[in-house]
Amino acid sequence: MSVEDLTPVDQSITVKRNQIPVAYTVGGAVALAAFLTWAPWILPASDVTILMNFFILVIMATMWNLLAGYAGMVSIGQQGFIGLGAYATLYFAIKGMDPFVAIPLAVAVCAVIAFPVTFLLFRLRGGYFAVATWVVADSAMLIIGSIAFFGGGTGHYLPGLTNLSFKVLNHDTYLAAWFVALVVVVATYILLRSRLGLVLSSVRDNEVASRSSGAKVTSTRRTVFIVAAAGCGAAGAVLAISQPFIQLGNEFNLQWAAEMLFASMIGGLGTIEGPILGCVIFFVLQQSLQNYGAWYLIIFGALAVGVAIWQPRGIWGFVRDTLHFELLPVGYRVSGPAVTGETRSATGPRQRLRRSRKTSGLTDESP
Amino acid sequence: MIWLNVIVSGVLLGGFYALFACGLSLMFGVMKIINLAHGDMAVVAGYTAVFLVPKFHLPEVWSFVVVVPIFALLGYVVQRTLFQKSIDRDPFTTLLVTFGLSVVIENLLLEIYTANAQSINIGSLIAKSWQVNNTIYVSYLSLTVLIVSVVVLAALQLFLSKTSTGRQIRAVSDDREAAQLCGTNYRHIFGIASSLAFATVALAGIAFGMYTSLAPTSGGVNLLFAFETVVIGGIGSLWGTLVGGILLGIAQQFGAHFNEQYTVLAGNLLLLLVLAIRPQGLFGKQVVMS
Repeated sequence: MSVEDLTPVDQSITVKRNQIPVAYTVGGAVALAAFLTWAPWILPASDVTILMNFFILVIMATMWNLLAGYAGMVSIGQQGFIGLGAYATLYFAIKGMDPFVAIPLAVAVCAVIAFPVTFLLFRLRGGYFAVATWVVADSAMLIIGSIAFFGGGTGHYLPGLTNLSFKVLNHDTYLAAWFVALVVVVATYILLRSRLGLVLSSVRDNEVASRSSGAKVTSTRRTVFIVAAAGCGAAGAVLAISQPFIQLGNEFNLQWAAEMLFASMIGGLGTIEGPILGCVIFFVLQQSLQNYGAWYLIIFGALAVGVAIWQPRGIWGFVRDTLHFELLPVGYRVSGPAVTGETRSATGPRQRLRRSRKTSGLTDESP
Repeated sequence: MIWLNVIVSGVLLGGFYALFACGLSLMFGVMKIINLAHGDMAVVAGYTAVFLVPKFHLPEVWSFVVVVPIFALLGYVVQRTLFQKSIDRDPFTTLLVTFGLSVVIENLLLEIYTANAQSINIGSLIAKSWQVNNTIYVSYLSLTVLIVSVVVLAALQLFLSKTSTGRQIRAVSDDREAAQLCGTNYRHIFGIASSLAFATVALAGIAFGMYTSLAPTSGGVNLLFAFETVVIGGIGSLWGTLVGGILLGIAQQFGAHFNEQYTVLAGNLLLLLVLAIRPQGLFGKQVVMS
């Protein structure tokens, strides 16, 4: 859908998506991307490792945001797909494939597994859906753990990386994490601006109205779930290469779910920029409190609870609503005399989110 | 005879799961919230019994006398502050808040009491059992927990159907606005329901601490079992919870009979099977989910 389709009859009103000229946004993005690609050659190895872990979390948080922030599905079982992605990589590596080449295959494996899973999970809503995703993740972990080929509970070393020096491996893994993160964020952005994004926003406003207007709600949700599973699978594959000793309890750790949830919560659900900001906050906290055990997670969790209650749109949502500023707009803005000269978000996530929080057609749990 | 043993131990385990799950079921039934910190609350109750109760010079067997009232009070307070605030937003927020709480509790316990496992010392009672025949033993502790669980469920059922407060709880659960119009303060009723739920979860946590040992991370897996119990039995049905717990217990014992590794997996598969065939649970109402 182009802007022209939406141009209202009254020419005094303008409808546009971007506030800042697209050239600036794209230019800035390209410059940033160039810097981040160049980063491993100029930064010390320890910083490169931190950045790599940051990008792995960005992938997870972006996927979780797509699931919960846009499609209203709260999953606490995404670590299941992270684990499956990691173990799929391990499988292909044991079979003699280069682990880096195995990343897209691991993604495909997760997507294929996610498809039948949706038929079970979509029978549940809200909280029951959330815990059921966890049951699925737990079952996946138990099944993988009972297969001797993967080393069971003790774990397995990821083969195919031993011929690389530490420096080269570190660079390559960083680049893999960064490129996957880039692909995931850009793909999510494109997905949300497409027809699918439109269906998602209509569902969030009013699911019944959306269904009766012919929106294919269930299949849209299914697509989102599969995309999120595939994305988490990619994160798991990169994680496996970065470790590279693969252990059950580490790949299928509930902590991944916690981190991706908190990061997108704090940054701002329902925005592209929010989860990335949340990941930045997470890494700043983690790095500054790294000598204090699990306190970073306690503070991060408490912060997320506070944000959920008092500032549910998150930090980026707050910035957007007070400063009327978006870097990567998904909706359109309407301005002109008819809207009292004030720039408002027409179908922007802000209104969608607020309305859905009142009616909450998606998370309706009442029997 | 082996199968009888599997069933007996499954039923005994099921009593414990039902005790664990009834708080979860009650909170969902009344407030429509899934407390993802439910398992961690039980762990906190167990830790309270281990670390606080000895200060009262009470034998640890009697720790529930202290812990249950504390938790009932805590349940009311947490509901009226944190949970009510998130309910006022929407169900989505309650999930995020309770999940956040769960992670915070787990890591706080880890930081304060280390990852070491703790257990509630009940002396020689742990080893005593009743020998039914030469293959089946029923431990007194398991039997006590099963009886407690049945008593708690019966008491809850009676309370909900016979008392004025119980009727108000059901009224608020059925139609909050209509109950408000009739003069019910739903926030207070929510507080009472939550305090009941916390009291039962405290009992469950103490029972768990007596059975095996508690670690900061025990909460997650317990929430999983409690959840499976509720879904298998049927959402919103207390007796369904008992049946669900027993079925889950039998399934797990059945899995364990083949291989210790399959204990949890068998329970998970039963849940997924129930979801596939009868998503509203065995005793749930027909018109639930989609």
